[in-house]
Amino acid sequence: MIITRDSDWTKMFTRRAAILGGTQAALVATLIGRMYYLQVIQSDKYKMLSDENRISTQLLPPPRGRILDRFGQPLAYNKQQFQVLVIPEQAPKISNTLDALAQLIDLSEHDRERIKKEVQRKRSFVPVTIKETLTWDEMSRIQVNAPDLPGIIIDEGLTRFYPQGDLASHLMGYVGAVDEDDLSGDPVLQLPGFKIGKDGAEKIYELTLRGKGGTKEVEVNAVGRSIRELERHEGESGNDVVLTIDERIQRFTAERLGGESAAVVVMDVHTGDLLAMVSNPSFDANAFSRGLTTEEWKGLIGNDHNPLINKVISGTYSPGSTFKLVVTLAALEHNVISPDQTLFCAGHDPKIPAFHCHKVHGSVSMVRAISTSCDVYFFEVARRLGPDKIAAMARRLGLGAVSGIGLPSEKVGLIPTEAWKKSARKGERWTPGETLNMGIGQGYVSVTPIQLATMVSRVANGSVAVKPRLVRPAISRNITTPVTEDEHVGGLESLDIPAEHLAILRQGMFDVINGPPGATTAMQFGRLRFKDPERKDWTMSGKTGTAAVRSFTPAEREQYKRNPDTLPWRLRDNAFFVCFAPSHAPRYAIAVAVEHVEIGGGGGATAAPIARDIMEEVLRLDPSHKPRVESEQVATAEGNHT
Amino acid sequence: MSDTGFLSARFRRGDMTPMEKIWQMSWSLLFWVSCIFAFGFAMLYSAGNGTDGPGSFQPWAIPQLIRFIIGLGMVTAIALIDVRLLLRYAYIFYAVVLVLLVAVDVKGIIGGGAQRWIDFGFINLQPSELMKPALVLALARYFHGVGTEEIGRPSILVVPIIMTMVPVALVVKQPDLGTALLIMASAGGLLFIAGIRMWKFGLAILGGIGAAWGVWPVLHDYQRNRVLTFLDPERDSLGAGYHILQSQIALGSGGLFGKGYLAGTQSHLNFLPERQTDFIFTMLAEELGMVGGLALLALYVIVLIYGYAIAFRCRHQFGRLVAMGLTTGFFLYFFINIAMVMGLLPVVGVTLPFISYGGTALLTLMLCVGLIMNVHVHRDVQMAMRGGFTDF
Repeated sequence: MIITRDSDWTKMFTRRAAILGGTQAALVATLIGRMYYLQVIQSDKYKMLSDENRISTQLLPPPRGRILDRFGQPLAYNKQQFQVLVIPEQAPKISNTLDALAQLIDLSEHDRERIKKEVQRKRSFVPVTIKETLTWDEMSRIQVNAPDLPGIIIDEGLTRFYPQGDLASHLMGYVGAVDEDDLSGDPVLQLPGFKIGKDGAEKIYELTLRGKGGTKEVEVNAVGRSIRELERHEGESGNDVVLTIDERIQRFTAERLGGESAAVVVMDVHTGDLLAMVSNPSFDANAFSRGLTTEEWKGLIGNDHNPLINKVISGTYSPGSTFKLVVTLAALEHNVISPDQTLFCAGHDPKIPAFHCHKVHGSVSMVRAISTSCDVYFFEVARRLGPDKIAAMARRLGLGAVSGIGLPSEKVGLIPTEAWKKSARKGERWTPGETLNMGIGQGYVSVTPIQLATMVSRVANGSVAVKPRLVRPAISRNITTPVTEDEHVGGLESLDIPAEHLAILRQGMFDVINGPPGATTAMQFGRLRFKDPERKDWTMSGKTGTAAVRSFTPAEREQYKRNPDTLPWRLRDNAFFVCFAPSHAPRYAIAVAVEHVEIGGGGGATAAPIARDIMEEVLRLDPSHKPRVESEQVATAEGNHT
Repeated sequence: MSDTGFLSARFRRGDMTPMEKIWQMSWSLLFWVSCIFAFGFAMLYSAGNGTDGPGSFQPWAIPQLIRFIIGLGMVTAIALIDVRLLLRYAYIFYAVVLVLLVAVDVKGIIGGGAQRWIDFGFINLQPSELMKPALVLALARYFHGVGTEEIGRPSILVVPIIMTMVPVALVVKQPDLGTALLIMASAGGLLFIAGIRMWKFGLAILGGIGAAWGVWPVLHDYQRNRVLTFLDPERDSLGAGYHILQSQIALGSGGLFGKGYLAGTQSHLNFLPERQTDFIFTMLAEELGMVGGLALLALYVIVLIYGYAIAFRCRHQFGRLVAMGLTTGFFLYFFINIAMVMGLLPVVGVTLPFISYGGTALLTLMLCVGLIMNVHVHRDVQMAMRGGFTDF
């Protein structure tokens, strides 16, 4: 009985166990199938996802290229900078750490608030910046006290530095944080703290200077903490930009200008190289790079000498008598007067007596009219030419058009024509008086100093349409050959001005400085010659210009003559001087514009001596005939600065 | 050794000396279990974070090893107990565990939060874990006295159903749905082996589905949500989907041969949750690949086969039911865990036997091994229906 029951039970047990075992085998097979699916069939997909999880690609900012002067002197480079940061997770009590740190460096309440906010917002292992641009002292104080400052680290970074301070700031521009509008698809722009050129050369050569961002792959864990660096692809650092500027001439010019509100352009008449381009007063580009304080900003904005404006390209002035170069060449071309023919100057225009000359010159020929700057002569010539012929010549000499160097906010100025007046002044007709005004570079005529430099260069180089150039072409690594006339830019158009015409004009300009007494503006006789004994035999040629900012009534004129101090600075005349040297083989041209000079201090008295001193320095240094230095030397030069 | 007849007679009567019993133990089963544990030990070492990179004996590997050694002693001790005493005290053991379960619930209510364990000072005991072997013993005890013709009667099912559902209800309340389902499933397995008619199982399953189907539409949204969240605790939070996805990424990226021991990026960079407990299989498969996973499965299947073999060799119904019930429970353990980390089943808190870190789970497993060993040692003992000596 028991046996039977037991065997029945055993049979059933065997059957049931087999079913159970079979089911379990099937389920284990399912597990294996799933394992195969995940680990073999789908493995590649999951490997990719796993890498995406753990590998975080981070951008590396490329080091910005330097800006060098023509001989490799650095005008802008990246300087190592120290900043102090705190890693919250390593600082058990942030406020205690900050208290301790505040004993060592300046830490405002505002800074502390910002740090606390950032600490709360970010993950505890992400460093928070406490202070940028530490001084060496501050850094060493922190280093010494490091044991008492848990979580505090010092980090090195690169910051843009302009070793020459406020020298050439207008030209260099500055770098600043990326704005919404600047985003162009280059991912490095999205990097926090990345800076790009905001003005000047920094802006126009941004792409050259910027370089290409690198990447590094970092293994991160689930909360984003970096565990280790896996791979690093260095980007390309930005290329250096070599300017045509000669830092020494730039500096000499800036120092020579002193406190004047002025603009000076020094240009190679053949190549168009801008050897100096000074707008005075200037500002410290470094301050822009690190961010201006409110006081600094107010100081710059409130200054009536407009330090922020680059007067070389953005200052528009009536050129005064310097414009007579244009009128002379137009007169010769259109043959409205023979060079030998004399006109009589009785101190005012014979037809419109209200138009005065600054002197009674008597009978003047063309050369003498230029060297004495006789207005009456040019009134008559202008009358014979009419505004449009003068305007055409002005344009040929480079006035009324942008220079092409590409700096932001360059002004065009204005070269008026009859048609222009009609459209700009609601059909008003051109008046004869306006022609006379135009003949002496007053009235509507308005030019920039860089245009004046272009004009005088074109006169000096034998009427080749040279253009100002800010950057040296073909930045090659080992140029040791002198830069001479052969770099003389080929392919420039000729302006087709006959040599005889230029000879007459240049004779006039020569006499301005070197002419016999009475043939020049007498006041200046002899004073504009070079003083340096080595260059005693060298001469320069030039033209003065003085332009009224406002016309005064005779009564006002009398009053201001008696009490010069009562004339507000803003209403005083502007003084100009354009020149080239050496007279026998012109190479360098200079245009000087000095705003609002003292009474009696016109182009000849104020602007010309400045030009003479600069020209003497330019001739001494003679940058156009010097070889460029090799890049290794450039590197050493920079090393000395850091 | 020549007097085998005498020996087998003593075996049948069950009055072996302790040394004889130790001699009779299946040391090879213990060997395979130790192999699995060694596997787990290596993974727990990998899961620990050392001072430089992954790999540390602390905090998991060493404590778990100590528990395993204690467990081995426990296996031997349990194997030595007379199987008839197990039969006799099966209900009492069950009752004690049930009381502990109620105590946990009461304590949870008083403490104001769900709690699953009782702190005995040296160990945090989870009664729900202990309930698995206790219920198997109690059900085996019950069916030990039931003949093949009695088994057909529906009334015979009343007691085992109550015995199962009471602890299941208590565990569900904790709430620990995973363990509740495991208890229910191993009880079901035991009932199946005991010979309950197939159609009754079919009916129960259909009934369960039908009930769920019928009740579902009348539930309020919040109730449905509660049920869904209950089934899948981290449903629609970023958590559940995230964890299971990360687990699959870890597994899949391991490929055939793995990323190398101690080199699982998903595991060690913390993309994987609970790498020392519920998701330890994922780490194993990430570091050792499908080859490693298959090796572990093979070890599990070997242990499973031992369980079956012991059940078949056993001459008494009680022993067979205990061995089969525990073996089925063991299977469910590793199947559910592995299926869960591979995304085949929703995330329920089931650990991987002998591998996952955890005291109660390991000691319960060793208790089960001890019971199976006991069955093996006492395979030839003849037992009366109610646990006394069989008279010839």
